Amino acid sequence: MSQSIALSHDAHPASRGLMRWIKTTNHKDIGTLYLLFSLIMFFIGGAMAMVIRAELYEPGLQFVNPGFYNQLVTMHGLIMIFGAVMPAFVGLANWMIPLMIGAPDMALPRLNNWSFWILPFAFTLLLLTLFLPGGGPEGGWTLYVPYSMELGYSFPFLIFAIHLMGISSVLGGINIIVTILNMRAPGMTLMKMPLFVWAWLITAYLLVAVMPVLAGGVTMQLFDHFFGTHFFSVAGGGSPLLWENVFWFFGHPEVYIMILPAFGIISEIVPTFSHKPLFGRTTMIYALASIAFLSFIVWGHHMFTSGMPVSADLFFMFSTMLIAVPTGVKIFNWVATMWKGALTFETPMLFAIAFIVLFTIGGFSGVMLSLVPADFQYHNSYFVVAHIHYVLVTGAVFAIMAAVYFWLPKWTGHMYSEFWGKVHFWVSVISVNVLYFPMHFLGLAGMPRRVPDYAVQFTNLNMVSSIGGFVFGAAQLIFVAIIFATIYGGKKAEAHVWEGAHGLEWTVPSPAPYHTFTTPPEVAG
Amino acid sequence: MKYRRLLAAAGATLLLAMGIPPLGARTLYNLPYGVTPISHAIYGLNMMAFWIMCGIAAIVFGAITWSIIFHRRSRHPKPADFHENTALEVVWTIIPFIILIVMAIPAARVLIRAENVHHSEMTVEVTGYQWLWRYTYPRWNINIYSRLADSSLRIAPLNSGLSPYSTPHYLHAVTHPLVLPVGEKIRLLITSKDVIHSWWVPDLGVQMDANPGLVNSIWVKILKPGIYRGQCNQICGWGHAYMPIVVVAKPKAQFLAWVKQWRQRHPLAGAASPVSNPDP
Ligand code: HEM
Ligand SMILES: [Cu+2]
Ligand SMILES: [Cu+2]
Repeated sequence: MSQSIALSHDAHPASRGLMRWIKTTNHKDIGTLYLLFSLIMFFIGGAMAMVIRAELYEPGLQFVNPGFYNQLVTMHGLIMIFGAVMPAFVGLANWMIPLMIGAPDMALPRLNNWSFWILPFAFTLLLLTLFLPGGGPEGGWTLYVPYSMELGYSFPFLIFAIHLMGISSVLGGINIIVTILNMRAPGMTLMKMPLFVWAWLITAYLLVAVMPVLAGGVTMQLFDHFFGTHFFSVAGGGSPLLWENVFWFFGHPEVYIMILPAFGIISEIVPTFSHKPLFGRTTMIYALASIAFLSFIVWGHHMFTSGMPVSADLFFMFSTMLIAVPTGVKIFNWVATMWKGALTFETPMLFAIAFIVLFTIGGFSGVMLSLVPADFQYHNSYFVVAHIHYVLVTGAVFAIMAAVYFWLPKWTGHMYSEFWGKVHFWVSVISVNVLYFPMHFLGLAGMPRRVPDYAVQFTNLNMVSSIGGFVFGAAQLIFVAIIFATIYGGKKAEAHVWEGAHGLEWTVPSPAPYHTFTTPPEVAG
Repeated sequence: MKYRRLLAAAGATLLLAMGIPPLGARTLYNLPYGVTPISHAIYGLNMMAFWIMCGIAAIVFGAITWSIIFHRRSRHPKPADFHENTALEVVWTIIPFIILIVMAIPAARVLIRAENVHHSEMTVEVTGYQWLWRYTYPRWNINIYSRLADSSLRIAPLNSGLSPYSTPHYLHAVTHPLVLPVGEKIRLLITSKDVIHSWWVPDLGVQMDANPGLVNSIWVKILKPGIYRGQCNQICGWGHAYMPIVVVAKPKAQFLAWVKQWRQRHPLAGAASPVSNPDP
C-alpha cells in the first residue's frame, strides 16, 4: 500500500518507450490506448465500407465476389461495433470518469490494463480469418445459424475473438461500476454526478448483464459445430430461432450500450456551449435508467418476420414504442437546454447539435420500424441500414467526435484548430446525409441489405450514396490530421478550457498531469 | 445557416413528392401501394407514421433552428437560468405517449389481420434452398423450381463484360415464376431446406422468414392480375442476391388453364427434380 502511494507521487510514468504503454496501469494512458485503438479500427472498418460502397456504385459486380462481399459486410459490422464504437466510449470513460468524480485512477488499474490489452489480440484473431482458406466469417454481424456455422476455418477463430471481446468488455464494465460507486470525491453524491458518469454507470451494468449472454450463445454455436449438440437445429430438438432470441437479447441492449454514453456526452456539451444548466437533470437520469430497463424487453422487434406468434409481435411492438418516450424526453430536454441560452458554436457544439437532429431522424425511422406490419416491408431492407447508421454514425460516432474536440485540449494541453474543426464538421455533416438519407428510399423501393449486386432501378440512389460515402470517408482524414496536429502543437490550452463548462475535470491543468486528485477535492455541498 | 435553408427546401419538395397519392406505378421514393389488402393497409400505416414523424420533426427541428438563430450569444448574450419545468416535462412525456397509442392501435389491427391465415382457399408451399425457391401446389401435385433466369446469370459474374442494362429485370427474373390466382385467399407455408431465407415481395406486402425445420404461414389475396417481383431477404450465402421471386397473378380461369397445361407438360410433376446450386 505504502509503495503504491509512493508511486502515485511520481509525476511520470514508471517505464519509458513501448514498455510504458504495455505495463501502464494509469487511467489516462489506458484511455489513450483505447482511443487510438478505436481510431485504427474506425479506419480498418471504414476501408471495408469504402470497398462496399465502390461495389455498390453501379449494378453488376466490379470489384469483389459475392462471398468476399459477405465477409466485408460481416467484418465491417463486427469491427465498427466491437472494435471502434465500444472501445472509443471505454477510452473516454477511462480518461474522464476519474477526472469527473475526483478519483486518482480507476479502482482496478491492473484489470484495466488487461481489459485493454486483450483487445488487440481479439481483433488480430478476427482479422486474420480473412487470410484463412475460405476467408472470414460471412453471416453478417448477427451470426444467424445455420449459415454462420457453415463457415470453414474462420468459425472457431470468430467465436474465440468474440469471447475475448466479451471478457474485455465485462472487465471494463466491472471496473467502471466499482470506480463510480467507490471512488467519488467527498461530497460527490450520486445525484450530483455528471451525466456522462451516470450514463456510463448504467451502460456498464448493461455490459455486465448482456456480454455473457452473447458469450453463452456463441459457445452454444461452437458446441453445435464441433461437439454434436443441437441447440440450434430442429432435427435434434433445437431451433434456429433460439439463436435469434439469444442474440437479440444481447443485441438490443448492445445498441443502447453504444448510445447511452453518447447521451452522456451530449448532456455535457450542450449546457457548456449554451451557457445554461442542463434542463431537467433529474429526469435525464430517470430517462437513462428507464431506457436501460426497457432495452431488455424489446429484443423481439428484430424478429418480427421470423414467425413469432401474434401475441409476441404485439408485446414487442408496444414495448418498443414505449422506449421512444424516454428517448423523446432526452431530446426535448436538450432542446430546452439550448432554449434561451447564449449559444456559441465551437466544433464540439456543432457536432452535438448535428447529433440531436440526426439521431432524432434515426429515432423516427425506429418508431416506424416498430409498427409490425410496416416492418414486414422495412425489415432487412436498406431502410434498416439507414436507421442503424443514423443512430450509430450520426448518433454514436458524432458524439465521440464531439467528445474528442471537447476534451482534446484537456488531454493534450493544446487547442485544436477551430477552423479545421469546422471544415471537418461541415464536410462530414453534409456528406453523411448524402450517404445515408438515400438509403431510406432504397429500402422503401425494395432493395435488400447485404447484397453485392442489385436490380437496375436502384442505381441512381446507390451512386449518390456511394459518392457521399467516399467524401465522408475522406473527411475523416481531416479528423486524424487535426488530432495529431493538436497532440504535437497548437495554442496552449488553459485549465478551464471552455468558459461555460462545469465539473472537476476543468479544475486540473491542461494537459492533465499524469496523476490527478491524489488527494480528493472537496465538492461543494 | 444557408445549408439549413437548402435542407428545408429539399425537404419540402420531398414531402410534396411523397404526398402524391399512389397512382399504381411504383415509385422509387416510397413503399409500393401494392396489390393486396394488407399491402394497402401497410401503405396507410407507413404514411400515417411518416406524417406524424414530420409533425414532430417540424416542432423539434423548428425549436432547434429558432434557438440557433435567436438564442446565439451575439443576439442573446444573457442566458436564462431556468433548468426545470415540471408541467412542461409532464406534457412532453404524455403527449408522445398518446401519439404512440394512436399509431399502435391501427398497427395492431393490421397485424392481427395479416397473420390470420384461417379460411384460406388454397395453399402453396414455399421452400428456400441455396439458392432457389421451390413452389409446391399440394392440390395439383405441382412442383416448381424457380431460380435466377439465365439472362441475369450470364451477366452477374465478376468481369462478365455484360451490362446489367442489357436485359429487362436484371436479378429480378426467374426461370419459372410462381403463378397464383387473383381474388383468392392463398395460404403460403414457408420453410427452408438449408439456411434461413426470407420470402419478400413488396407489392404483396409479404415478408416471411424461411426457417430450416420450421414452417411459417402467411396469406395473400392478390387483387390485380400482373407480375410482381421480389427477392430473398435474409443473407444466405454466396448466391443471396441471386434468389429472385416472381409472382404472376392471373384471373381464376386462366390460372386453372395454366395448371392444366403445366400438368400436361410435366406428367411426373409429383416427383421432385434434382436440385443443383445455380452458381452464377
Ligand atoms: C426510438 C428508439 C428506437 C427504436 C424505436 C428502434 C427500433 C428498431 C427496430 C424496430 C429495429 C428492427 C428493424 C428491422 O430489422 O426490421 C431496429 C434495428 C436496429 N436498431 Fe433501432 N431503434 C431505436 C433506437 C436505436 C438506437 C439508439 C440504436 C443504436 C445506437 C439502434 C440501433 C439499431 C440497430 C444496429 C439495428 C439493426 C440491427 C441489425 O439488424 O443488424 N436503434 N431498431
Ligand atoms: Cu433493437
Ligand atoms: Cu438469401
